[in-house]
Amino acid sequence: MSRPIPTPLPWAIALLALAAIPLFGPPDYVLHLLITATLTAIAGTGWAMMGRFGLVSFGHGAFFGAGAYTMALLWNHLGVSPWLGIPAGIVVAVCAGVMLGWPCFRLRVVGHYFALVTLAAGEIVRLLVTAMREETGGSLGMTPNRVPLDHGFWAMQFSKAGFWWLVLGCWVLALLVWWALDRSMASKALAAIAEDEDAAASIGIRVTREKLMVTMLSVALAALAGALTAQYRMYLSPESVSGLGLSLQIVFGAIAGGMYAPLGPTIGAVLTIGLDESLRVFFGTELTGAAPFFYGILLVMFMLFLPRGIAGLLEKKG
Amino acid sequence: MDPFLLEALLNGVLLGGVFALPALGLNLVFGVVDVVWLCYAELVMIGMYAVWFLYTQAGWPLPLAFAACLPVVAGLGLALHVLVVRPLLTAPPINQVLATGGVLFVLQGAATLVFKTDFRSLGVDMPPMELGDVFISGTKLIAFCAALIGAACLWAFLKFTYVGTAIRAIARDREVMPLMGVDPKRIYLIASGVGGTLAGLAACLLVVQLDVHPFVGLSFGPITFMICVMGGLGNMLGGFIAAFLMGLIISIGGFYGSTELSYVIAFGFFILMMFIRPQGLFAR
Repeated sequence: MSRPIPTPLPWAIALLALAAIPLFGPPDYVLHLLITATLTAIAGTGWAMMGRFGLVSFGHGAFFGAGAYTMALLWNHLGVSPWLGIPAGIVVAVCAGVMLGWPCFRLRVVGHYFALVTLAAGEIVRLLVTAMREETGGSLGMTPNRVPLDHGFWAMQFSKAGFWWLVLGCWVLALLVWWALDRSMASKALAAIAEDEDAAASIGIRVTREKLMVTMLSVALAALAGALTAQYRMYLSPESVSGLGLSLQIVFGAIAGGMYAPLGPTIGAVLTIGLDESLRVFFGTELTGAAPFFYGILLVMFMLFLPRGIAGLLEKKG
Repeated sequence: MDPFLLEALLNGVLLGGVFALPALGLNLVFGVVDVVWLCYAELVMIGMYAVWFLYTQAGWPLPLAFAACLPVVAGLGLALHVLVVRPLLTAPPINQVLATGGVLFVLQGAATLVFKTDFRSLGVDMPPMELGDVFISGTKLIAFCAALIGAACLWAFLKFTYVGTAIRAIARDREVMPLMGVDPKRIYLIASGVGGTLAGLAACLLVVQLDVHPFVGLSFGPITFMICVMGGLGNMLGGFIAAFLMGLIISIGGFYGSTELSYVIAFGFFILMMFIRPQGLFAR
């Protein structure tokens, strides 16, 4: 299962090339697509960390939203910079993840049941955000307060290029986390747990602890992606940053790309955003239903014919 | 007793009746085929659109529109089983759930494409009935009675017919029953059809109370899963009682707090129950 250490040089060059994109003065639209795809990739990478070990969460929208709302509320009501607000949001999401995950793993809530518990938790977060309409604006959503551009750094409000570098950095961080996890004993332990929990426990694997650890990592990435997405769009609403629809979208990206390869969720994110945008460009905004319609068909097709995703296809050839 | 609280209690019971039907249908499919139809509420949504379209656009009489809705949704259930679920029967549960999740997107997308995102209303309502100090919506009461009748029919079907007995047996032990000469393929198909029919019936009862829009499924879908699991898989009576329990929690929670908070309590209750009694509230 352990992958060889990737030779750093080609990766570094590829990364530098990505980072240099804004220097060539691309149209804003291209940068916007890149940023959106990368944000989706971060969330998908986080989800796949759990998903590939059989921990299917339908509640990642909740953690995405927890990160986003913690950051935005701290900024709007207390003036706390997103630079501190995002870590705070991650902490909140991780705490929520532990509160949910610990009893789940301890009491052996697995499979369908785990998926449904996370689904309920996701709904709870969406409803709580809606119910706290005094602070969060309810279903109308909220916008982080804007500041003049020369104070933009502290408020994490900058041009698209600035965001691209920030988001790219976070994406690299997510991949490094994946890579570190992959090379650790924990990934073997988790693979064993996914095969047979009792057998894994009998050879001394601390099932609850291992699962909880991967949950915390996964949830932290979802919260990071959520907070960055809200900050980039400068708008957040219960439906756009939490809830079942978003949770399923995160899942879709990860599945389509392939959740067993580190770059799989990223491929999936590029595919999702590409699909979204091309449908929008070709059909215009009148056919709003076209995107979910095609997502759905693709998701079913992937499950039927390509359950390991696009990355799985490359694996076979390589 | 405070008449408003009494009204909330009664409304809770009526709401439970509405939840009961889709929860029973889902329970049947889940218990027999062992696959979660994540898109169950979306099947109901399509049924609601079918009734709305036939009644307001095509000008059919309402009972005829209701009658047409059942086979439409039952057919959808069968198609879902044959096209999506059957090829995945031996796949890991996650793949099955995600595939039906894909169907959820397809149905939502299709509804948006065809009917746009507008809220559609049937525009039939009946005057509220007065019982002492308490007012009860007539449509809700009728829907409740219809749900009870539907549940009773399902019970009789499962209890007294040969196929029903086979369905119950498969839900108990899917390894042994094929050895006894029961064809699981056929039973799965029948269970999916019955599950679809129940979704169609639920659609008829819901369309008179709720406006239809492509995302209406998300408003009662999650709670349906919770009820189904809380009652215990394959345990119809348990699911039925759980539906009323959830209806009461939501209605009374809404009476003392807000609607959102009442759903938060209901979902929280579900999570707690999963920790305490994962095999269902009424497991033997």
